[in-house]
Amino acid sequence: MSARGMELARDSRGTPRRGMRRTQPRGGARTLPARMGLVLASVVLLVIMGMAIAPALFTGFDPLATNLPAALSPPSIEHPFGTDQTGRDVYARVVYGARSSMAIGIGAAGGAALAGLLLGILVGLAPRPVGTAAMRGVDVVLAFPEFLLALVVVAILGPGAFTIALAVTLAAIPVYIRLARAHTVTLRQAEHVESAMLLGIPRAIVVARHVVPAVAGSVSVLATIGVGSAIIASAGLSFLGLGPTEPTPEWGLMMSGGRNVLGQAWWIAVFPGLTVMATVISLSVLGRALRRRAEGRAT
Amino acid sequence: MHDTRAAGAPRRALRRAIELAAGVVLVLWGAATLAFLTLRLVPGDAVDIMLGPHAQVSPETRAAIRTELGIDLPWYEQYVGLLSRMLRGDFGESYQLRMPVAEVIGRQLGPTLQLTALALVIALVLAFAVAVLARGRRARGVVATLELVVLSSPVFWIGLVLLTVFSFTLGWFPVSGTGFAALVLPAFTLALPVAALLGQVLRDGLEEAERQPFAMSVRARGASETRLLLRHTLRHGSTGALTLAGYLVGSLLGGTVLVETVFARAGVGRVTLAAITGRDLPVVTAVIMLSAVVFVVVHLLVELAYPLLDPRLRRQAAAQ
Repeated sequence: MSARGMELARDSRGTPRRGMRRTQPRGGARTLPARMGLVLASVVLLVIMGMAIAPALFTGFDPLATNLPAALSPPSIEHPFGTDQTGRDVYARVVYGARSSMAIGIGAAGGAALAGLLLGILVGLAPRPVGTAAMRGVDVVLAFPEFLLALVVVAILGPGAFTIALAVTLAAIPVYIRLARAHTVTLRQAEHVESAMLLGIPRAIVVARHVVPAVAGSVSVLATIGVGSAIIASAGLSFLGLGPTEPTPEWGLMMSGGRNVLGQAWWIAVFPGLTVMATVISLSVLGRALRRRAEGRAT
Repeated sequence: MHDTRAAGAPRRALRRAIELAAGVVLVLWGAATLAFLTLRLVPGDAVDIMLGPHAQVSPETRAAIRTELGIDLPWYEQYVGLLSRMLRGDFGESYQLRMPVAEVIGRQLGPTLQLTALALVIALVLAFAVAVLARGRRARGVVATLELVVLSSPVFWIGLVLLTVFSFTLGWFPVSGTGFAALVLPAFTLALPVAALLGQVLRDGLEEAERQPFAMSVRARGASETRLLLRHTLRHGSTGALTLAGYLVGSLLGGTVLVETVFARAGVGRVTLAAITGRDLPVVTAVIMLSAVVFVVVHLLVELAYPLLDPRLRRQAAAQ
C-alpha cells in the first residue's frame, strides 16, 4: 500500500505533487538520528535475510516439532516468543517463516518492477496516441485497490502459495509502469538524450545507454519500498487462508492461527506481526534513504 | 476579446463535464472487461467450478447448464452479453448460494457501509487533527514515526493488537457483536493506515503551503498563525491529500476483507472471501463492479471539491 500510495501522490508527469516535495537535506541521511536509523534498518534486514538463508543458525528448535505439555506457554527464556496451541516454538516458526516471506517480497517486487520497467519504457517510447491510450488502460487498473486485484487473481487461479506470490506481483505492476513511463517521457526530451539522437547514434543504443539505466534507478528505489508492501500483502492473503497451509511456518498463517486464542495467548499472533513490522519499517527507511540519494543526484 | 472569453466559459465547463463522463464510462467499462476476463481466464471447466468438486451430474444436465451460462457462444457474444446484462444490473446467480448476486451483495452492504463510513470519518479527523495539532519539529518527528509504524504493519495485525489490548485486556469493547461498541475497533483498524498515509501527504502539503508567497502576505497583514492555518494553508495544503483520499476510499473495500475476518463481522468483505475460496466467480465480478462504482463516485466528488479548496484552481479553470 505504501509504495503505491507514494506513487499515486505524484502527478501524471511523475513529479511529486504540490506538497509532496521533500524538505529534508538532500544526499542521503545527514543528521545523526537519521544515520542511526539507517544503520539499525540495515542490521534488521541483514538478520532477517540471515534467517531466510540459514534459519538453523538462529534457533535450535524445529518449527514443526509439537510439544503438547508445553502448549500455549507465555514467552520465557526457553521460548522467547512463547509456544502455540500444539507447543511449537513461536520464535522458531518466525525464524523459519522468514524465507517464504522474503522470497515472496523480493520476488514479487522484483518481478513487478522488472515487468513495469519494460512495459513502462515501451509505452513511454511509443508514439504519443498509443502511449496515451495505454496509460488510460493502466489508470483504469489503478482505480482498483491493489489488494482487491490480488484477491481477483487468487479467485481466478485458486488458493496456494505460488498463486499468492503471482497475485501480489501482478497487482503491483501497474504502479511501476506508471513510474517508468513518466520518467521515460521526461528523459525523451532531456538535452543529453536529444543531443545523442542528433549525433546520429542509433535509437536503440541511446535508449539502452541513457534511458534504461536512469529509469531502472528510479524504479528500483520504489521497488525497495515495494518489497515491504509485497510482504504485507502476501501476509494478508495467507492470513485469509489463501496461501500456504498448516503446518508451514508462515507469518500471515501464524497470525491467523493466533487469532482464535488471542484472549489466552496474545504472543502467537503478536510476534509474527512485530517481525513483519520491523522488516517493513527497515525496508521503508532504506528506500527513503535511497530515494533521497537519487533525488540529490538528479538535481 | 471580452466576449469570446465570456462565451468560452460554459463551453469549457461543458468540455470538462464531457471529459469526466468519459472517464466514468472508461472505468466502468474497464471494470466490466476485468470481470469478463476473470470469468474467462479461469483454468478448467466453468461447469466443474460451478458445481464444485464432488458433484455427480449427467452429461445432459451439464449441456443444459452450458447453454444457460452461454459458455458455448463465441467470446465476443459472451462479452457483449455480459456488458448488456451488467447495464441492466443483472450480475447473474451465485454458484454457491443459488440466488441473484445483487441480492447476495445487497444483503451485506449495510454492515460494510457502516464500517467503511465510520473508518473514513475517523481517518479524516485523525489526519487533520494530527496535521493541525502537531506543529513544530519535535511533534512532527514523533508523528512521522508513528505513521511509519502504522504503515509498516499489516492492517489485520493492527486489528489483532487492538483486540488484545482493548477487548481482552482492558475489556472496553466487545470482541465481536453487532452494536456500535463492536464497530469501534474494526473502524479504527481500517482507519489507521488511511489516516497515516493521508497525514503524511497533508503534513507535506501544509509545509509546502507555508512557504508560498501568499502565506507571507497573510502573515504580513498581521494575521495570527491559527488564522493563516485555518483560512489559508490548510485549504491549500489539502489538495494532495484529497487526491490520495480518492484512491484510499477504494482501498477500504479491500481492507474490509481482512478487517471483517479479524473481527468476525458480517459484510461484503466476508462475502468476497467466501466467493474467492469457493470460486464463486459471479460474486467476484460483482465485487469488481462495486469497487469501480465506488471509485467513480468518489473521484467525481474529489473533482468537484478541488476548486472549492483552492481558489487558484477556480481562476485557472476560468482563464484557460
